[in-house]
Amino acid sequence: MTFNNEMGARLWRLAIWVFIGFFIINLVGIIAAVVVDSFGTSWFNSWLPGGFTTSWYSQAWSSFQLGGVLLVTFEVAGAVLLGSALLGVPAAYALARRDFPGKRFVMLIFVLPLIIPPFTYGIPLASVLYKFGLGGTLTGVILANLMPSVPFVIFILVPFIEQIDPRVEAAARVFGAGTGALLRTVMVPLLVPGILAALLLVLVRTIGMFELTFLTAGPGSQTLVVELYYSVFAAGMRANQSIDAMAVIYMATSLICLVIALRFVDPTQIVGRAKRTAH
Amino acid sequence: MQGMALTPAAPERARLSQRLARRGFDVTTLLLLPALLFVMALFVYPAIYGLWLSLHPMNGGGALANYINFFSDAYKYDTIFTTLKLAIPVTLVNLLISVPIALRVRHMRYQRILTTILIIPVTLGTVLTAQGMLNYLGPLGWFNRVLMLLGIIHEPVRLVHDFTGVFLSQIVGGFPFCFMLVLSYVTGIDPSLESAAAMLGAGPFARFRHIILPLLGAGLAITFCLAFVQAFAVFPSAVLLGAPSGPTRVIAIAAFHAAYEEYDYSMGSAVAIIMGAVQIIVVMLVMKASSLLYRGPVAGGKG
Repeated sequence: MTFNNEMGARLWRLAIWVFIGFFIINLVGIIAAVVVDSFGTSWFNSWLPGGFTTSWYSQAWSSFQLGGVLLVTFEVAGAVLLGSALLGVPAAYALARRDFPGKRFVMLIFVLPLIIPPFTYGIPLASVLYKFGLGGTLTGVILANLMPSVPFVIFILVPFIEQIDPRVEAAARVFGAGTGALLRTVMVPLLVPGILAALLLVLVRTIGMFELTFLTAGPGSQTLVVELYYSVFAAGMRANQSIDAMAVIYMATSLICLVIALRFVDPTQIVGRAKRTAH
Repeated sequence: MQGMALTPAAPERARLSQRLARRGFDVTTLLLLPALLFVMALFVYPAIYGLWLSLHPMNGGGALANYINFFSDAYKYDTIFTTLKLAIPVTLVNLLISVPIALRVRHMRYQRILTTILIIPVTLGTVLTAQGMLNYLGPLGWFNRVLMLLGIIHEPVRLVHDFTGVFLSQIVGGFPFCFMLVLSYVTGIDPSLESAAAMLGAGPFARFRHIILPLLGAGLAITFCLAFVQAFAVFPSAVLLGAPSGPTRVIAIAAFHAAYEEYDYSMGSAVAIIMGAVQIIVVMLVMKASSLLYRGPVAGGKG
């Protein structure tokens, strides 16, 4: 009986590790297929390409005008970072420190953009932006990407702020600091790790945010991920290796941001915010 | 004169601000306003505007013309079922795989390595995963090659430009999402509860059935809902990896088609609102079912 249980537990453990291993191997395969192909000369009916070259990168760079696309991507990401910090940090402070009637309603308004998928609210959002002449412009793309980022920053920062002792602030108040001075000289320095973590996650999310950019961007305001979508969509117009070279550039950009972000935050936070907010 | 007019008003105003402050409204609370107004302007207002727009059809024909059009055209309303047929199985599979793995992994020392690997597909997003899967799962890709090498199949199986491709891409992106949520719920369960049950002679299955499952129930329902709404709004992988005019013509494609290919924002908004309504209905059914199955403290040990 004990023997059977022991065997069953072992088999169960083995099955779980086999699944994890299988998942990771396929994940590596999916990514490696893109990287290997982007360096290959021609690759048809064989395990690896016939030869290796870096010419697809220069070709992708010129034919997709990647310099301009990368510039747009970082302009959007930079503006979204700045905007979500300016709007999100003060709001998170207010939500962490004050209880007021209607707080649950405010929380609900902030949760909804995070749990409703962007494609559901993206079309009405885009039609509002087009109505005000912002559709298809860089400003429109920035506003659309900023929208879910502000609540995202708020929900990451609220627990950070709650764990700071309110007596620190009370002491500053006693010495005559107003709300502005309090935020500038006491709260922001204490919150730098939290703000940094939240903004890095916003950066990773903005670079990868396909739906909202796709629905609001026009020519000249497309970010890297949208450009990638269009080139995969029109596969056959260009060599697959050229598309893969562009995919590798996109992958490198977002993975570098991810690696930096992971130095400061736990991976579960990237999806885990939903847990805190969904209650 | 002015001074006299202000004097009686000043204490009145002070009292009002004091009264407001006692209820929680002061300068600090006002810091909330910019963010709230911003989200109101770009989320709440578009939602209301979208509803208004959907009730004012581009081609006339009464307020409900768009909705009548949608529900009388099989090519349009079938997208609801196509999407449900994809989203519900994918979400269930992701959830069912996540639970045993999360239960196993919570005892692991190098948990962080695994979560770091799993966050990669979430970060890279569906567009890159789609391009990778087109290469990897294609008829000449490594996956088919390995299966043929092992003698499992004799000719390449069709995995992309079909329902399977979209299904698999939803697992590659959705499983890590589910797993991390479930893991954060599982780690919230006090391990001493399980030790106590084990000491009293409960086997692994009994411990799962009587301790883990009741404590995890609400968390699993929330995870299901969050993962389901994401899967229901699938767009890029359904276009790139699937057959967007046939078996994977999901509702997001119908919404996009109306708004951006027929330039009918009114119809596009109507489809987006139907999409949201279906998501809300499923979420409400799941939450209702989970509250019927388990009533009691959501978390905590003494329940």
